[in-house]
Amino acid sequence: MQKTKQRLLTGNKAMAEAIRLEMERDPNVFVMGEDVGVYGGIFGSTEGLFQKFGSERIIDTPISETAFIGAAIGAASEGMRPIVELMFVDFFGVCMDQIYNHMAKIPYMSGGRVKLPMVLMTAVGGGYNDAAQHSQTLYATFAHLPGMKVVAPSTPYDLKGLMISAIRDDNPVVFMFHKTLQGLGWMDQLDASVGHVPEEAYTVPIGKANVVREGTDITIVGIQMTTHYALEAAQKLEQQGIQAEVIDLRSLVPLDKETILQSIKKTHRLLVVDEDYLSYGTTAEIAAIAAEDGLYDLDAPVKRLAVPNVPIPYSRPLEQFVLPNADKIFTEAMKLVNE
Amino acid sequence: MTISIDHLQWMYETMYKIRYYEDKMAEAYTEGKNPVFNIGSGPVPGEMHLATGQEPAAVGICIHLKKEDTVTSPHRPHHHAIAKGVDLNKMTAEIFGKVTGLCKGKGGHMHLFDPDVKFSCGGIVGAGIPHAVGAALTAKKKETDWIAVSFIGEGAANQGAFHESLNMAALWNLPLIIVIENNQYGISVPKSASTSVPSNDIRAAAYGIKGYYVKDNDPVEMYNVSKEAVARARSGEGPSIIEIETYRYLGHFQGDPEVYRDKQEITLLREKDPIIRLRQTLCNEHGIEEQKLSELENRAKQEVEDAFQFARESEYPKPEDALKDLFV
Repeated sequence: MQKTKQRLLTGNKAMAEAIRLEMERDPNVFVMGEDVGVYGGIFGSTEGLFQKFGSERIIDTPISETAFIGAAIGAASEGMRPIVELMFVDFFGVCMDQIYNHMAKIPYMSGGRVKLPMVLMTAVGGGYNDAAQHSQTLYATFAHLPGMKVVAPSTPYDLKGLMISAIRDDNPVVFMFHKTLQGLGWMDQLDASVGHVPEEAYTVPIGKANVVREGTDITIVGIQMTTHYALEAAQKLEQQGIQAEVIDLRSLVPLDKETILQSIKKTHRLLVVDEDYLSYGTTAEIAAIAAEDGLYDLDAPVKRLAVPNVPIPYSRPLEQFVLPNADKIFTEAMKLVNE
Repeated sequence: MTISIDHLQWMYETMYKIRYYEDKMAEAYTEGKNPVFNIGSGPVPGEMHLATGQEPAAVGICIHLKKEDTVTSPHRPHHHAIAKGVDLNKMTAEIFGKVTGLCKGKGGHMHLFDPDVKFSCGGIVGAGIPHAVGAALTAKKKETDWIAVSFIGEGAANQGAFHESLNMAALWNLPLIIVIENNQYGISVPKSASTSVPSNDIRAAAYGIKGYYVKDNDPVEMYNVSKEAVARARSGEGPSIIEIETYRYLGHFQGDPEVYRDKQEITLLREKDPIIRLRQTLCNEHGIEEQKLSELENRAKQEVEDAFQFARESEYPKPEDALKDLFV
């Protein structure tokens, strides 16, 4: 087998490269957001782009989310392909009307006559003690509201491929990137935040989950950080003779039901892990899919592991208590296979 | 306008205390983050926004406030909290994530709540303004002379919450003062690139209220202007905006690479530091002796040292306490 040299990139560089390539390909693509210019995005999503494209296409905005997200809607309806950054997903509160009453509904309300080919990219996730207003993922909040595609990639390869798909999509796409998976020098250094990324433009399909580890005894479904925790737990489970299959959802809307159902047909056990709140969340949605369409494949009740319905607390022992991790997944998985 | 020696001394001591506090916090923040900086490591993890250089805004108005007056503050809250009289031990313990903290470790540096002195802050830009409107509305309904002060950065003046709140406060003639600390940057974006007017006091005209502007981080001018605005609010003459030209010596947060500005900028600013200037005023114009100033400084330092010691010696909350306090 021929070994080709693999170029490694961090998550943030993979994202920025995707945006650069699409901006070169299509003059209608431009970026607006807070600190996306000289700073390159607080989480590096636009690193180097200001230097290449200048302030006409990489636009620093005032701290006016309602205005600039609303303006992106207006520009998209006129045929532009704006990318807007909501610095932290937690800030959605100040501009949610534009997002869910307008961005998400105008294409439908217009009977498909108005297209909004825009991307709303936003940083999610905790684990670094930034407390209740800067640590949420809110996956399900966005996935619940119809009219937006929602993606949440876990690797540099998928960050690039899904960003290109998002920009080329004629629908509004919420692109959630996890801070810890950006590979930034000032956060936890994870192997998972660096990976092989081809130089050319490529797409990763929206709406397709990825089986990142094959197994026969239990299916563990994760999103972003919980996928990586699940992989870590799977190694420990293997030492106990348990083969876990791990599914990285990648897209929340549309949700790839088929991959989940195929997996439980094989493993007969399902554990869903989420860094979002437990109740009314993604774990519940997937459990419902398993109950509706895969119940007879299950040998044990579905288990869920997620933030136990409290805001994310600041203090380290409190935050670690509420967030999922590999050990907690291992423990839950052991219980589940022994049922 | 005359200003009493007592008031000048209080402002000096409090500014000194704030500076010492922020310097000490900057140092504590680096613990566990060397040689590799990781935002989640050390005894003080998470984002840290320090107010070094912005002391005049806090002391110049808080000296006119009483316990019953409300203060709301943004993500950069320490100077306001100290000037408003928040318990320093409990505040510091909160920032260290301890169970003895103001919020039992649940809030952290951006989310300090001390109802005893009617102080609160939060991490969403501009979000404290409507809360101050509500406090001012309460003061009016209860027929008190209490007022509400909302501190914000200049970036927050471009949020809808700012304009909606001002319209409502003006419409209802509420005892509200918005203090805008123009520290020149919204993270990396200079004010000239974010704001359509040269200074936000001009925007007062849009709401038919009073606007004040304080130049060059001057604590005495801030004192004078605030005295008038507070008196107006207390006597039912309605809301006002004060914008103060101030300076952030440090990054937006600790660890900010500050690629957007020249390092020389800070050197020049520190040369005209408001604390040094006020010290000179006290010495040269008011004949306060060196010994007296040292006493004030030592008292301030001791209070800060005690607070840090209290915080470090306190216990962490129990992990399962994370599930408490959701509902009262």
